Formats: sequence, structure tokens, C-alpha cells
Amino acid sequence: MAQNEAITPQILPPNPEKATLEGRNKYLAFWFFLGGETVLFGSLFGTYLGLRSSTEGGPGPADLFHLDLVFIMTMILLTSSLTSVFAVINMKRGNFKMLLVWMWATVILGLGFLGFEIYEFYEYAHQGLGYGVSAFASSFYTLVGTHGAHVTFGVLWITTLLIRYRKSGITLTNAPKFYTAVLYWHFIDVVWVFIFTVVYLLGVGG
Amino acid sequence: MAHVDPSAPLEGKASKETERKLKRESRTQIVSFVFMVFITTTAFLTVASDVIPSGFAIPFILLLASVQVIMQLYYFMHMNAKGTGWVNALIWGGLFVAAMTVAALMLLIGITKY
Amino acid sequence: MSNSAASSKSVIWDWITTVDHKKIGILYFLTGLFFFAVAGLEAILMRIQLMFPEMSFLGEQTYNEILTMHGTMMLFFAAMPIFFGFMNFIIPLQIGARDVAFPFLNNLGYWLFLFGGIILNVSWFTGGAPDAGWTAYAPLSSNSPGHGVDFYVMGLQVSGIGTLMSGINFLVTVINMRAPGMSMMRMPLFTWSSFVTSMLILFAFPALTIGLLLLMLDRIFGGAFFDVGLGGNVVIWQHLFWIFGHPEVYILILPAFGIFSEVIPTFAKKRLFGYTAMVFATLIIGFLGFMVWAHHMFTVGMGPVANAVFAVATMAIAVPTGIKIFNWLLTLWGGRIRFTVANLFALAFIPSFVMGGVTGVMLATSAANYQFHDTYFVVAHFHYVIIGGSVFGIFAGVFYWWPKMFGYRLSEAWGKWFFWLFLIGFHLTFFVQHFLGLMGMPRRIASYLDGQDLNDLNFISTMGAFLMGIAFILLVINVFISRKNTTNVNDPWDGRTLEWSIPSPVPHYNFAQTPLVRELDGLWFEKMNGDGRMKAAEPLDEIHMPNGSILPFFIALGLSIASFGVIFTSWIVIIVGLLVTFAAMFIRSIKEDHGYHVPVSEIKADQEVEK
Repeated sequence: MAQNEAITPQILPPNPEKATLEGRNKYLAFWFFLGGETVLFGSLFGTYLGLRSSTEGGPGPADLFHLDLVFIMTMILLTSSLTSVFAVINMKRGNFKMLLVWMWATVILGLGFLGFEIYEFYEYAHQGLGYGVSAFASSFYTLVGTHGAHVTFGVLWITTLLIRYRKSGITLTNAPKFYTAVLYWHFIDVVWVFIFTVVYLLGVGG
Repeated sequence: MAHVDPSAPLEGKASKETERKLKRESRTQIVSFVFMVFITTTAFLTVASDVIPSGFAIPFILLLASVQVIMQLYYFMHMNAKGTGWVNALIWGGLFVAAMTVAALMLLIGITKY
Repeated sequence: MSNSAASSKSVIWDWITTVDHKKIGILYFLTGLFFFAVAGLEAILMRIQLMFPEMSFLGEQTYNEILTMHGTMMLFFAAMPIFFGFMNFIIPLQIGARDVAFPFLNNLGYWLFLFGGIILNVSWFTGGAPDAGWTAYAPLSSNSPGHGVDFYVMGLQVSGIGTLMSGINFLVTVINMRAPGMSMMRMPLFTWSSFVTSMLILFAFPALTIGLLLLMLDRIFGGAFFDVGLGGNVVIWQHLFWIFGHPEVYILILPAFGIFSEVIPTFAKKRLFGYTAMVFATLIIGFLGFMVWAHHMFTVGMGPVANAVFAVATMAIAVPTGIKIFNWLLTLWGGRIRFTVANLFALAFIPSFVMGGVTGVMLATSAANYQFHDTYFVVAHFHYVIIGGSVFGIFAGVFYWWPKMFGYRLSEAWGKWFFWLFLIGFHLTFFVQHFLGLMGMPRRIASYLDGQDLNDLNFISTMGAFLMGIAFILLVINVFISRKNTTNVNDPWDGRTLEWSIPSPVPHYNFAQTPLVRELDGLWFEKMNGDGRMKAAEPLDEIHMPNGSILPFFIALGLSIASFGVIFTSWIVIIVGLLVTFAAMFIRSIKEDHGYHVPVSEIKADQEVEK
């Protein structure tokens, strides 16, 4: 077993996330997973767009959506995308401490986003938009809720990594893990770009 | 044969060249971020101000969204890097299937006949 | 066979926790064969019900349930897992790899598939199986009383997650794990077609995931997607289902095409004719597979232009498929053909599948489709492509790869009885159904009236089904009586590809030394131009292998528990199930497991035994 062998110190490679076969596999597989997720969200967007005018007398997009709230949420998520970019840059630089700092910043911004989303859903439910009130309500909650579930999962995932590796330094094992988590986080932001455009902006303006 | 311990912390610093590259990258990323904030704000203002007719606003904000997504994919997520041929192929494949799905669910659900 | 970690544990523990792609392949394969037998039995029950007019062998409700389960089981839990078994076992061997890219996920994929199958079949014992057809069209499915359709939704959802993982796993394996010299354009056609199949899985299954999610939300959590009274739209289900469903039928046929492309060159002793054209035809079929789904919906009322577009796109698929058919024929042309059972299935496939293809083009004619729609003509068509294509491919693969997978050769004599009975039974069953359909007999109906000229053809069809059933029993007997044929198993067919260069049964590390591939059909090249053995690409050294794990079992178990919670709407059960799943995932995430190394001495000992 590996533990008995003489261990040669590992020098930081330029791209630690892709320095091992496992890392390269993980990198590729995660991108492919995101390709599948694209279709998954595509199906949800399609369903929403097919049903968005079916409010059946219940509240509709123009009655509900507040652009100022959505704008803040968008900015939070966009900023968290930037902080996770900085985390990866610091990983490649070999600066583990700053990697952790930027990742924590990402988590906190993610939590902030979730807080706004919960408040938003609570508000809508208060205004009479129950889940089964109309086909529009179901498809809206399902689309935005699936995105929210992704944010939640991302926050839990990154937090797990941060606690597990709080003292380990950058290793050949955790570099691909942080890297894929960041890819996931960017993807969440990509989906949100379409949500704020298609759901909220078109909901109010179209 | 000496085995590599994948749990050992990586030692040493990034090479000068890597540092230079990363510095350049940070700058690119900040510029892209500022640009994305700008186009997001533009999109919101387009809808929020009632002056712009929706016939123009809708395609315009969809265009802005596409630009922003492509920037995310190619700058933040590094799909422009070398050796990402398969990644590009499968992401665009996914986007293609997703686009077909959205189009079908918008147009072909039996409400309007084409 | 030895590794210190596994040998100390019991056999069952070893098979549950295994990350060896060969063992997982065998698990997929045998489970798939079992479900195949169950679904086949369901088919025979249906045929007995239809043997005479106005039979009361099964009640209408039971007939609907058996009909639904036959389709669902055959596609998701028989044909696909059997192909996954072949892919798991063969792909790493064909590309010269020691395992797939993600052994852990591979194991997880198997357990998700098995638990999905179990969830689906538990429905028989809890008040009725799903009864809305394998397509589960809303609002029939969203309004179906009882829990039947809920089992359908959760069973497919759980196994679908596993399928998606396996698809990604194969994609990465093919891209990253090929041996030196094995360029993409030197890959055997089975690996190529599995690769394209995996792409289809990646893009098709998420649409099903969402379709099932919407159906679940409607049925259990009060959603309004398919509730027309609340503004819902039932056509959305059909689109989502077929955006998945059409690629799904290509997921079932492409691996079979791959198997025929291995079997035919081997038994014609000729290189595959038009290798490059075959690869591109496979890619084009895969691409077109996503452009044609709405041809299942011609009668929905999308409109004439939409119908025409999808009709033309559908007909275009005949072009790459035709290229393939001609390439197989030209491979056979002038070859020294051996009529082994594997090759007999390949030869029978060509005319049978062409018949299915021709009725496919007929159905693609959207105007004529109004006449064919929902009749037995459609049933005849898709059984001709699925049995004449996929199932023949499976049986060709069974006889071709059995020595590699299980270390003994199936009896050719019994195999030939099996082949002829199955072939005759198949055509007897389904050829007449074309005419039943044209005479107006609707599909999915539990009975028919006397005096409508439907009696004779239905009786013939049922007799054919019995013949297929008897043939399958012969295959099962063959499996048991052939176990002593353990000679000449390493390379019994004078093979061309890498899997025949290593001993049978295959050592758990596959290749003692990673092979160097110098040409397409690498082993054949060495047989002609070298010493008949693969050259090594690396010195003999320790081999790094992954450790087994019980965690995938618990991840899948947790999801199944949660599924039962959803079906019976118990939040506590849902939460408990999800906690099990997330706890197992959490442990997997925080516990680093770097595997172990097989020492050189063990590899050398294995090689001595082999000599």
C-alpha cells in the first residue's frame, strides 16, 4: 500500500485540477453532466414558457414580480461567480488561504441569494399564488425552485469541502473537487441569467 | 516505484510564468465582471423604463442574456482554453437539444397550428 | 483471482461492493436477462388473452397493467441493462483500459437500476401495477387512480439517474482511458456505437427526468401541469416523453449495430467494410435521433407544416441506416463466412431490420400515419426493429462474448435450435400483425370481437409467441449444459479486437501490461504482421486499482426508501430516505480512498498459471 513508500514531495503544477487522470476524468465528466443539466433546465424553461399565460384568474407575472428584488438577487449571484473565479485563481497560484476565503465568500453570497428567494416565495404565496392555483404557478415554482434547489445543493457541497479540507492545503485530490464545485456554481449563475431574463424581465415587460 | 500520495499538500509556488498568466487572467475576469454587471443593468433598465417598446425590448434582452451566458462559459468557466474540444461539443449539443425543447414546448402544444 | 482486501470478505459482500467493471457488467447482464424473462412472460400472457376473440383470460384492468409493465420492463429494465452489461464488460477491454473512469459511480449506477426495477415491480403487490401504457400519456396517467403510475414514475426516476451516470461514465472512459495508439478512429465499432449511445443518454434522459417530475408533482403534490381546468396542457407530457423517447429507441439499437459490426467481420474473416462511413453514419443517426421525436405525435394536431418537417427529418434517417446495411453486406461479400449462432443472428438481423425500417418510412409519411396510428401496424413495426434489431443484437452478443464473460462456450447445436425457433416464432408473431393493423385492429385493447376476420391472424401470432418462449427456454438450458466447454475460450472465434488478446476469465486488472495499438483491429494486425500478441506499451509494473465500497448500495437504498415515501406521501419516510442517501454521499465526499496496488509478483504468478 501507498503509505509505506517513500513519498516524494509534490510540486504545485500549473493546473492542479487536471494534474492526475482522476482529476481529468472528473473535470470532463462534470462538464458532460452540465451538458445534461442544460437539457434538464431547457425542459423546465419550455414548460414554463408553454404555460406562463395560463394564470386562470390567479395572480400573474405582472401582478407579482418586483424587479428591484430580482436585480439585487442577480447582482449577488453574479458577484458570487466572480468570487469563485478568484478562488480558482488562488488555487492555481498555490495560495490555499485565499482559496478558502474566496470560497467562503461564495457560500455567504449563495446563502444571501437563498434568503431572498425564500422571502420571495413566501411573499407570492401570501399574495395568493399557491403551488396548484394555476398551471403558471406550478411551472413558475418548479422552474425557479429547481434552480433554488441547485443553489442549496451547491452551498452544502462547497461548505462540506471547506470544512473537510480546512487544514489540508491544496492537494492533487481536493483541487479537482474545488474546481468542479466552482464549475457547478458558474452553471447555477448561467441558469439564473436565463431565469431573470425569461421569467422576470419578460414577465414584467413582455 | 515511488507512489504519489494524492493527499499530500502540494509544495512550492507557481512558476513566474504561471503567476504572470494568472495576473493577466484576474484582470480579464474583472473586466468581464464589470461588463456583465453593465449588460445586466441595461437589461433591467430596458424593461423598467416604460419608454422602450416591447417589440424591441424582448429580442434585445434575450440577446444580452446570450452574450452574458457566452461570457460566463468562455471566460469564467474557461471553455476557451486548449483541450476543451469535447467540452465544447457536448455543451453546445446540450444547448441545441434544450433550444429544440423550448421551441417545441412554446410552439407545438396544439394551441396554434403551424 | 486475488486481492487481499476482497478475498477476506464473503462472495456476496464482494459482489455488492465490487467496482470491477467486469463484475458490474455481469450483474447488469444477468439482472437484465431475468427482467427480460419476466417481461417476456408478460408478453405471452397478453398473447394468450388475444388468442381467441372475447377471451376472459385476463381482466381488462390486468391486461392494461401487464401491457404497461411489458413495455416498461423490456425497454428500461431488460434491453438497456443487457446492453449496459456488454458495454461495461467489453468497452474497457476493447480500448485497452483497466477499468472505467468512475468505478464507484459504475457500481452506484447498477444499484440504482436494480432498485428502480424493484420499485416498479413492487406495484404488483400493493394494489395494482401502472396501467397507462409505457408512454404514460397525460391525462390518462395523471388521473389514473391508485398508486400504480406512482410506482412507474419513481421506478423510472431512480433507474434513470443511474443510467445518466453510466452514460457519462462511458463517455469519459472512451475519451480519457484509451491505450496508447488507440486513436478514436481505431476504436472498434461496438465502442464507437456505445460512445454515441452514451451521448444520447446524456441529452435524452434529462427530458424524461423533467417529464416524470412534472407527473409526480401533478399526481402527488397538487401541481397543475396536466390539469386542463387550471390551464395545464397535456401535450407537454408527450413532447417531453418523446424528446427522451425517440433517442431512447436509438439508445437501444445503436449498441446492437455495434455488436453486428463486431460479429460480421469476425465471422466473415474480413475487415469491416467502410469503417469511417460506419462511424459517421452512427454519429448522424445519433444526431438525427433528436430531430424527429414529434413523428410520434402526428395525430396530436401540431399542424401540417410541423408534421411535414418532422416527416422529412424522419425519412432522412433511412440514409445513414442504409449506409450501414450496405456496409455489412459488403463486409460479408467475398468473405469466408462461418455460420455460428452469433453470425446467424447477425445475418437474420439484416432482412428483419430492413422490414422494420421500411414500415418505419411508411409510418413517417405523416398523411398516411393517420391511418396507421394506434393500430397493430405500429406494434408490428416497433417489434420488428426492437426484436429484429436490438434483441437479435443481444443474442448475437451473448453467443459471441459468452466465452470472454463466463469462461465457457455455449453449445452451438443447442444454439442453432434456439436461433431457428426464435427466428420463426418472431416472424410468425409479428408479420401477421402488420395485416391486423391494416385491417383496423387497435393496439392496447384487451380483446376483439368475433366475426371481424381477426381470429386466424391473432391465433397465428399467439403461436409465434409460444415458439419464442420455447426458444428462450432452450437458451437457458444451453447456459447450464454448456458449462464444461472450457477449452479454447481465450480467442475462440479468431477475433480481431483487443478483448480476445487476454485470457478468459479475464484477470481483475485486465491487462498485465497496457497494450500498444498499431492499427484498427489491433489484435488482427498483430496476428498478420506480428507474433499474434499485443505489444506492451509499458514495462511490467505494479497496477493501481480502486477499492470496493458499500456506499453506492446505501445511496441507492436511500433513494428507494424516499421513493416509497413519495408514493405513499409520507414526509417522514422521504426525509429518512434522503438522509441515508446524503449521509452516504457525505461519507464518500470526505473519506479519501486512493485504492491499492497489485504487486508485480501477483501479476507474474497469474501469467505462470496461464501458461
